[in-house]
Amino acid sequence: MYVELKNVNKRFGDCQASDNVSFGIEKGKLIGLLGPSGSGKTTILRMIAGLEKQDSGDIYINGSLVNDLSPSQRGVGFVFQNYALFPYLTVYDNIAYGLKVQKKDKEYINKRVTELLELVNLPGLEKRYPDQLSGGQKQRIALARALAPEPELLLLDEPFAAIDAKVRQELRTWLRETIDKIGITSIFVTHDQDEAIEVADEIVITNLGKVEQVGDPVNIYLYPKTPFAAQFIGKSTIIDDYDVLKGFDKEGDDTRAIIRPEFVELESLNSVKGQDPSYEDGIVEQSIFRGHYFEVILDVNGIKIKANSQLVNGPLKAGDKVRVLVDQLYILDNESTRVVKNKSRDDSGQYFI
Amino acid sequence: MATKEKTGIVEKILRCGIISWIIFFTLWAFAAFNYDEIFLPSPIETWKALVKVISDGTLGADIIASLGRIGKGWGLAILTAIPIGLLTGHFKCVRWLVEPLLNLLRFIPAIALTSMFLIWFGVDDKSKVALILYAAFFPILVNTIAGVVTTDKSLVEAASCMGAGRIRVFFTVIVPSSVPNIFTGVRLGLSSSIICVIAAEMLVGGDGLGYLIQSSRMYYKTSWAFAGIITLALIGFIADRLLSFVGKKLLKHFGVK
Repeated sequence: MYVELKNVNKRFGDCQASDNVSFGIEKGKLIGLLGPSGSGKTTILRMIAGLEKQDSGDIYINGSLVNDLSPSQRGVGFVFQNYALFPYLTVYDNIAYGLKVQKKDKEYINKRVTELLELVNLPGLEKRYPDQLSGGQKQRIALARALAPEPELLLLDEPFAAIDAKVRQELRTWLRETIDKIGITSIFVTHDQDEAIEVADEIVITNLGKVEQVGDPVNIYLYPKTPFAAQFIGKSTIIDDYDVLKGFDKEGDDTRAIIRPEFVELESLNSVKGQDPSYEDGIVEQSIFRGHYFEVILDVNGIKIKANSQLVNGPLKAGDKVRVLVDQLYILDNESTRVVKNKSRDDSGQYFI
Repeated sequence: MATKEKTGIVEKILRCGIISWIIFFTLWAFAAFNYDEIFLPSPIETWKALVKVISDGTLGADIIASLGRIGKGWGLAILTAIPIGLLTGHFKCVRWLVEPLLNLLRFIPAIALTSMFLIWFGVDDKSKVALILYAAFFPILVNTIAGVVTTDKSLVEAASCMGAGRIRVFFTVIVPSSVPNIFTGVRLGLSSSIICVIAAEMLVGGDGLGYLIQSSRMYYKTSWAFAGIITLALIGFIADRLLSFVGKKLLKHFGVK
């Protein structure tokens, strides 16, 4: 593990910002620290950088214990949410700051700054001041500045939070490409699940100071381990009595479950597939046109389920009767979730055809 | 279109302040019409006095005397208050030591200390310069401390993440970040200096604009006193404008507005 946190705790007054946090990160990976605001994700990032000191627990970077090292000794690049560019320095001097600290010679600094400005696609902006840049440009310069001293680890705190939606989308893709190009181990904090899923190799989900789950985006999406992870990632509906649905029997004491719209199959009444006995009747309660599909809320045996209906099924409106099959759902108990497949679906053997 | 341009011109004339001055001088002239020159000199009498004191060199000598004192006192205040302010703002323990004294002392006006300063520094220039130093010191100090304390924390953090040690952070982040506040302090210090130099010269005597105003009044040359007062207003105005112009030019990127 390149970065490792072991039983890290941090308290701010009454707030337990980090509650026994442990996880590890492999070299060269891009990690998304994902959680709602107040979940302690930024605190974790700041503790890794040394900007905050944990109350207990150990942090390792590249195998060595960094607990007692100051931020200036950790060799970590940090990109701040508000960019934190020095307003009184030009773009050139901002990027050169870390290199001057390292006492590099002028020629090297010149070369490196030019190289970094090319990397962030902003060549020729050396003489500008930060207040002459747009938000997206500032963020790129902040990244260039953090990368200049060649840190081994790059930390980004909500790097796109202050940027408008359209530019944010561009920057995301660009950041992913840039980090791939340099191959630097990176951790970024975000509260936006789409951003985390799209950009990160691996996601660490935090909630109330605890790490809920660590894994690659696909795995977390398909196999959320905790009720929180299941609800936070992807669209979902929580239902109270899943055993009302066809193909699911009650297991244990838990009756609450989460259903994702992608796992609800919807067929029109008279379609061939809809005749399959594993399907059951549903009534459309609400239908929203989303361009390439309809987002519908269905009433199935008194349970409300969100589903996506393809255009093949024709336009749906409230009151329409449809055939529904829930493929899989996630049964919730207090600490964990488990995936349960539709029983009748297995019996009908469709997967084997 | 034509009316729009017209309102534009009217607005321009109003905004440049010339109307205000015409009104002011008219009111003054009317008021002075009812009194003799000793009680309230008219604008024209004041103008004549001004020409007189300029032509016989009195005014020039007094301006130089006053400006010299302001320069010395204000300059010394800048040289001492900024470093002390930077250190006080940066080191918590120094701040705890200095702040209680500061919060009380800065409310003692320089004028209240005039007679003490006379005893301590003598009747010559030294006591006047010391008074100006005292008067300009606190606004500069208080604002410098505020500048340090309000430095954007993330800038400090950014610098330390790039490997900067404490001393480098102090000189490359905290000092430049404090520049706008320091500049405000320096400007306030200048206006304190001007107020103080006049008070000191009026009370202590010798020469200078304050002395000119005070002595003219004593010899019933009220129009001379008025000439001195107008000069004073002009000096204050020009000095402040000049300072803010220089500040904007040289310190724009530090955030001086």
